[in-house]
Amino acid sequence: MKSPIKIIKRGDLSKKKTVMIQLIAVVLSLVFAGIVMLFFNLNPLEVFSTIVRGSIGTDIRIKQTIVRAIPLIIASLGILVAFKMKFWNIGGEGQIMMGALASSFVALNFGDLPKPLLLLLMAMAGAIAGGIWGLIPALFKAKMGTNETIFTLMMNYVAIKYVSYLQYGPWRDPEAKGFPRIPRFTDNGVLPKVAGVHIGWIFALLLVVAVFFFMNYTKKGYEIAVVGESLNTARYAGMHVPSIIITAMLISGGLCGFVGMIQASAVEKTLVYTISGNYGFTAIITAWLARLNAIATLFVCLAFAVLLQGADYIQLSMHVPSALAQVVQGVILFFVLGSDFFIRYRVRWAKDSSKTTGEGASV
Amino acid sequence: MTSTPAIRMERITKTFGTVTANDNINLTVWNGEIHALLGENGAGKSTLMNMLSGIYRPDSGFILIDGKQVNIASPKDAIKMGIGMIHQHFKLVDVMTAADNIIIGQKGKFLLSRKDAHQKIKEISERYGLEIDPAKKVYEMSVSEKQTLEIVKVLYRGARILIMDEPTAVLTPQEIQQLFRIIRNMKEQGCAVVIITHKLNEVMEISDRITVLRQGKSIDTIETKDVKVPTLIEMMVGRRVELKIKREEVAEKKALLNFSHVTVLDKEKHEMLNDVSFELKTSEILGIAGVAGSGQKELCEVICGLQQASGGNILFEGEDIVGKDPYEIYKLGIRMGFVPEDRLGMGLVASMDIVHNVVLKDYRMQKGVLLHRKSSIDKSKRIVESLEVLTPGITTPVRRLSGGNIQKVLLGREIDILPKVLITAYPVRGLDIGASFKIYDLLNDQKKNGVGIIFVGEDLDVLLDLCDRILILSGGKVTGLVNAQETTKEAIGYMMTVGLEEGFRAARTGGTA
Repeated sequence: MKSPIKIIKRGDLSKKKTVMIQLIAVVLSLVFAGIVMLFFNLNPLEVFSTIVRGSIGTDIRIKQTIVRAIPLIIASLGILVAFKMKFWNIGGEGQIMMGALASSFVALNFGDLPKPLLLLLMAMAGAIAGGIWGLIPALFKAKMGTNETIFTLMMNYVAIKYVSYLQYGPWRDPEAKGFPRIPRFTDNGVLPKVAGVHIGWIFALLLVVAVFFFMNYTKKGYEIAVVGESLNTARYAGMHVPSIIITAMLISGGLCGFVGMIQASAVEKTLVYTISGNYGFTAIITAWLARLNAIATLFVCLAFAVLLQGADYIQLSMHVPSALAQVVQGVILFFVLGSDFFIRYRVRWAKDSSKTTGEGASV
Repeated sequence: MTSTPAIRMERITKTFGTVTANDNINLTVWNGEIHALLGENGAGKSTLMNMLSGIYRPDSGFILIDGKQVNIASPKDAIKMGIGMIHQHFKLVDVMTAADNIIIGQKGKFLLSRKDAHQKIKEISERYGLEIDPAKKVYEMSVSEKQTLEIVKVLYRGARILIMDEPTAVLTPQEIQQLFRIIRNMKEQGCAVVIITHKLNEVMEISDRITVLRQGKSIDTIETKDVKVPTLIEMMVGRRVELKIKREEVAEKKALLNFSHVTVLDKEKHEMLNDVSFELKTSEILGIAGVAGSGQKELCEVICGLQQASGGNILFEGEDIVGKDPYEIYKLGIRMGFVPEDRLGMGLVASMDIVHNVVLKDYRMQKGVLLHRKSSIDKSKRIVESLEVLTPGITTPVRRLSGGNIQKVLLGREIDILPKVLITAYPVRGLDIGASFKIYDLLNDQKKNGVGIIFVGEDLDVLLDLCDRILILSGGKVTGLVNAQETTKEAIGYMMTVGLEEGFRAARTGGTA
C-alpha cells in the first residue's frame, strides 16, 4: 500500500541550484530525445549537430534564426506582463493577428505615404488593434469577473477566422490569378534591414529593456505584481484594480499586436491568416520558462528559435519526418517544464519505516 | 479506568523536511479520561493527533490502541479502530440534513434506511446528552450545533476515542459550558477524550491530565489537580512569563471617530451591520466582541473604505468618510492603520519581501511614475530593528517568516505611518504567548501616543484585560457597549448571542465557522 517514494516540498532554492536543475533537465532531455531518434535508426549526435548547424551554422541560418526569435521575444514580453498579474492571456495569437490586420489595413490603403510615416502609422495601428483585442476580455474580467482563459482563447479563433475570411474574400488580390492571397505591401510598408536582418531585432532588444524597467522600476509595474499576488491586498492598499487590469492588458495585447505588424511588414510583406505562426502560444511557454523575467525571456526565446529553426532544417536535410522533429521538441519541453517540479519539490526514497511503525514487527 | 490504556503512543517521531515536528513523544490516555494536549503553535500537537487519525504516519515509534499495536494507514483505519477526530474546521455538507451528514460515506446496504439511522442517532444523542435535530439542514445551524453534529457523527461511526482540535475557539462562554457537559458525559460513558487547546483556564476546568508539548518534545504529563496556571505557562513557553496584560490609563481623551446609524449590506442585501452607532476616542482601546461573523469584518472594512455603507455617517474628526474608497480616504490626509484578519491575503503580499511590503503603503506618496525604494528600505530596517523581527534580512519573502514575525511586519508598517486610528482584527490569532504580549505592548504604546485603537478579539479574557471599553456585536447589531472594568465574561457572552434566532445566526456564521 505504501508508496516507495516521498515527495517533499522544498524551501526556496538558491539561484545556483535552480540553474543546476534546469541544466540537468536540458541534458536529460537531449539524452532522451536521442533515445527516441535511435528508435528511428537515426544517429542522435548527427541530428543534434545538424540542428545546431541548421540554426547557427552559416550567416544566413543565423539570420533566419534571429528572424524567428524576434516575434517570439516581443510576444513573450506581452504575455509576461499579463501573467505577472495572473491574468492568463492565452490570446497572443489573436492579438498578433489583429495587429497584423490593422497594420495591413494601413499599408494597403495608404501605401503611398512616406516610408517613416507609413511604418509609424502601421506600428501604431498594430499595437492599438492588439491592445483592443486584449482589452475586451480585460474589461469583462474587470467589470464582471469573467474567466479570461477561455475568453482570450476564443478571441484567437475569431481573429484567425476573420483574417482568413478577408484573405479568401474581400481583400483577395484580383491579380493573383485566383490564388487566395492579399496584395503585397508597397515598399514603403516594409520594415528596413539593419545588419542584414530586419530592424525588428533592435525593437526586440529595446523592448526587453523597457519591459524589464517597467515591471521593476515603475509604480504601475509594482501594482501589476501586487494585483497578481492578491486582489484583496491591492484593494487594501487603495489600488484601483480594474484600471490596473485594463492597463496591463493594453500593454500585453499591444506588444502582441506589434508582433503582428512586424511579421506582416517585414516577413510576409502582406497579411496571411497563418501570420501568427503559433508565436502567441509558444510565447506562453517561453515567458513561463523565463520565470516572467524580461531579461531571461531574451535568452529563452533565442534558445527556442534555435530549436524551431533547427527542427525545420533537419526535416529538409535529413528527411526526418516533421512529426519526429515535433517529438524532439516535445521531449525537450517536457523535461525543461518538468524540472520546475523538482525545483519546487524534493523526491526521496522513503526510508523503510515499517519496522518501527508496527505491521506486526516485534517491539 | 481499565488496566489497558485506550491510547498508548511510544517514542513517536515525525519530521517534515528538516523540521522535527514530533521528537520521541510518549502519550498515554485512559478510557474515561479527559486528556488535554497543551502547547504553543508549532509545538506539535496537531501533528501528533493527525498520526492517530491516520492523516500522517510516524517516521518511528509505535501506537497501541486498547493494548494492541496498530498501523493506522488512513482515516478509514482510524475510524475502524474507534478513533474519531473533530477538526477545527467542520467537515459537513451544508445543504444536507444532520442525519444525512451522519450517514453519508457509510458502508452498508445500497439503500439506506433513514428510519434505522434516525433511531440510532436518537439513541446516541440520548446516551451522551447531545441535543440534535436529525432533520435540520446544516446551513440552518449555529456553530455549536454544527460541532455537536460532528460529535454525533464520530460517535455514530463507533468512536470510543475522541480527539478535539481547539473545540472552543469559535464558541461563546455559554456554548463552551454546554460542550464541557457533553465531554463529561462522554467521559462517564467510558470514552477517552483528547482536547487540543492553548486556553489554560479551560484546561484547568475540564481535563483530568495534561500533556505539555514544546517544540516537538513532550515536556511532561501531569495531573490537572496538581498544577497551577503559571506552571503550565512556564512549561509551554520554557521560561517565566509575566502574565498580566497592562491597561494604560490615559486621562485626556477626545472624540476621534464617530459612527452614527451605519448600515452595511452584503451582495444579497443582508444587513451585515445594522444601525451601528458608537464613538471611538483618542487614547482608547475599544474592543469588539461577537461570535464569528457578527459584523466585525464589515465594521473594520467600512472604516477603511473597503466596504461601503448603505446608510449612516462615519465622521473622522468631523469629516464624513462614508462613500470614499481607501485611496480617497488617504488623499484626505486621514492616517489610518489597518491590520486585517487575513494577514498574508490582504495586509501583505506573501511572496514579496519586507521592503516591497512596506512600499505597499509608501508608493502612493511618491511623485511621478517611478518606484523609489530608498525610503522604504530605511523604514524596513527600522521596523525590523525596533520590533525585533526575526528574519534573515529585509529581502526575505514575508511568507517565510513565522506568524508572530509576519504580524510584527504588518503592525510595524501600519504604526509607522503614525496613524490616528489603528484598526486591528484578531491581531494575536495564532501567535505564541511571547509574541502576543509584544503586540499588546505595542498597542498600549500607541494608545499612550493618543491613537484610537479598535481591537477585534475572540479571547474574552484578553478583551477584558486590555481594552477600555468593549462593543458587543450580535448579528450585525450593537447589543452592548460596556466598560471593561465593570463587566464579566458571562455578561459579554450573553450579549454576544442576544436576539439571535438559531437560523438567522447560522446564516451569519456559516461561512466563517
